[in-house]
Amino acid sequence: MPEPAAVPDSRIAVECRGIVKQFGEGPRALRALDNVSVAIRENEFFTLLGPSGCGKTTLLRMIAGFEYPSEGSIRLHGEDIAGLPPFKRPINTVFQSYALFPHLTVWENVAFGLQMLGRPKGEIASRVAEMLKLVHMEELAQRRTDEISGGQGQRVALARALAPAPKVLLLDEPLSALDYKLRKEMQIELKRMQSETGITFIFVTHDQEEALTMSDRIAVMSKGKVLQIGTPWDIYDKPAERFVADFIGETNFLPAAMVGIEAGLARVRLPSGVEMSATLADGYVPSSEATLVVRPEHARVVASGGQLSGLVENVVYFGTDTHIHVRLDEGFTFMVRQQNSRSQSCGAEVGARVGIEIAPDAAQVLRD
Amino acid sequence: MARARFDFRTRARFDVRAQPGFGTIALFTFALLYLPIVTLVVYAFNASDSLSSWGGFSLHWFAAAAQNQSVQDAAWRSLIIAASAATMATIAATMAALATTRTPPYPGLSFKYAFINLPLMVPEIVTAVALLIVFAKVKVWTGYSGLGYLILAHTAFCIPFAYLPIRARLEGMDQSLERAAADLYATPWQVFRRVTLPLLRPGIIAGFMLAFVISLDDVVISEFVKSGGQDTLPTYMLGQLRRAVTPEINAIAAAFLVLSVALVTVFFFINRKKA
Repeated sequence: MPEPAAVPDSRIAVECRGIVKQFGEGPRALRALDNVSVAIRENEFFTLLGPSGCGKTTLLRMIAGFEYPSEGSIRLHGEDIAGLPPFKRPINTVFQSYALFPHLTVWENVAFGLQMLGRPKGEIASRVAEMLKLVHMEELAQRRTDEISGGQGQRVALARALAPAPKVLLLDEPLSALDYKLRKEMQIELKRMQSETGITFIFVTHDQEEALTMSDRIAVMSKGKVLQIGTPWDIYDKPAERFVADFIGETNFLPAAMVGIEAGLARVRLPSGVEMSATLADGYVPSSEATLVVRPEHARVVASGGQLSGLVENVVYFGTDTHIHVRLDEGFTFMVRQQNSRSQSCGAEVGARVGIEIAPDAAQVLRD
Repeated sequence: MARARFDFRTRARFDVRAQPGFGTIALFTFALLYLPIVTLVVYAFNASDSLSSWGGFSLHWFAAAAQNQSVQDAAWRSLIIAASAATMATIAATMAALATTRTPPYPGLSFKYAFINLPLMVPEIVTAVALLIVFAKVKVWTGYSGLGYLILAHTAFCIPFAYLPIRARLEGMDQSLERAAADLYATPWQVFRRVTLPLLRPGIIAGFMLAFVISLDDVVISEFVKSGGQDTLPTYMLGQLRRAVTPEINAIAAAFLVLSVALVTVFFFINRKKA
């Protein structure tokens, strides 16, 4: 998918172009990455999002230097680094397992990178102190790494990776080992650190919610390919492919007939015969049939009227909202998410005949 | 938690200790293993010259052994050989373990494992004869007939014993630690010095200890390789047994036993503290 041309090259921190990673040879060869291109801007919180095995970690390891691409180039501020070993790249990593050195104290862990760079002792001491303060770990500086909790280990790993002031920080699912509440806290912390340090963060996760809440931009990956790159809003509201729409949030897919395209908007005919307008995914290939995506919260259940109609099959109460599953007259199931209020029920009874009203501009035509 | 549940279920189904005859077999096994050693140690304190009839308690034979110049020489020689061989074997084993665990698997790797562990499989007597023949030639060519041959021979058969614990430690080590060090600007040598080696230390100590003890009590290869006047403690004892046997041999054996047990214990505690 093409990048907006508005960003000048000098503002690109990391650019991967045409990356292929192949394991093995011949018919049993496995393509972990298949022609992947991403351009990550300076000072950006960029997320690689996808299910396990989609190649996101392989791409991250390539940027770190633990893997080398079979084809393609990796540039850091314009300089090709694809052939450099990890210790020659001004890029640091926060590992999924944290990988804290068990024979060193918290302080020594954070100082490690600076010591390897041969920085003067005074500078190391003040920088380590600054980093420990950033992650609120000053009191535990002399602890051994097996004497601190998982959340604290996470902070130390972060301080250790930030201490040498890398140009880019790589984070490999760093929050996956934390419990829900701590994870929420760390999401906000990470965001704060990124804006305080001004370092480019490249974050790998399979958690779509994490990606949506933290990222400036997201690259959605599947089976070694990048399917879509965009802001969280783009990815959620304007998914380009079925996989993206399905992987991120809940969604309704509807088959529709293409009536025409006018001024960048599509005119489609729903299974019920009603016509409505819909936005078009980037890279849309014209065809007479279309797959339409409608997010459940962009539709509502009405007693009569609406573009679709059917019987209420199931009503699930979620506290903040209610999910209403409607079996459409054409046989598909459509899910509506309605905000709850204290005074009113959602108004749908199982078995009742209802209409579904889709908000204007809420429908998007997928590119495939 | 999962482990506790697992234990509970296996115990409920099958407990070897509840089987009939378990106690008897265990006692019999322990007796078989330790009665001869206990007898040997007891007779080291025998006042008479006989190995079979008790003549009262005495430390006489320990004093005799300690004052015996041949015993002193042999013991000293044994320690020099064991220390040198164990050191060289540990260095070689560490390098071999790094090479076999820190490279991606490739065809022929399992062949290399087998090759490194070959001394464990080749009958000792075969190695002994082979070394005897080779070293005899080398002695003729070089004119050198010092302890070097024994040290080399011991190094060779000690390598697999040092290799096994070191490799086990390396395989159990989280490789992301070394990756993290490299990521933090450590060159490969610095990664080894600052991360791999400190974490590997317990494995290296265990490997050294094993090699040291194995070298210390070797008889077969030493017997074949040694030149005249190069008796180690075990070969000296073997030589004594062929002649007049007195409780002095028991005293030497008992002292040897204490030394071995002490060494293993000391290494065990060092290891436990570091790990």
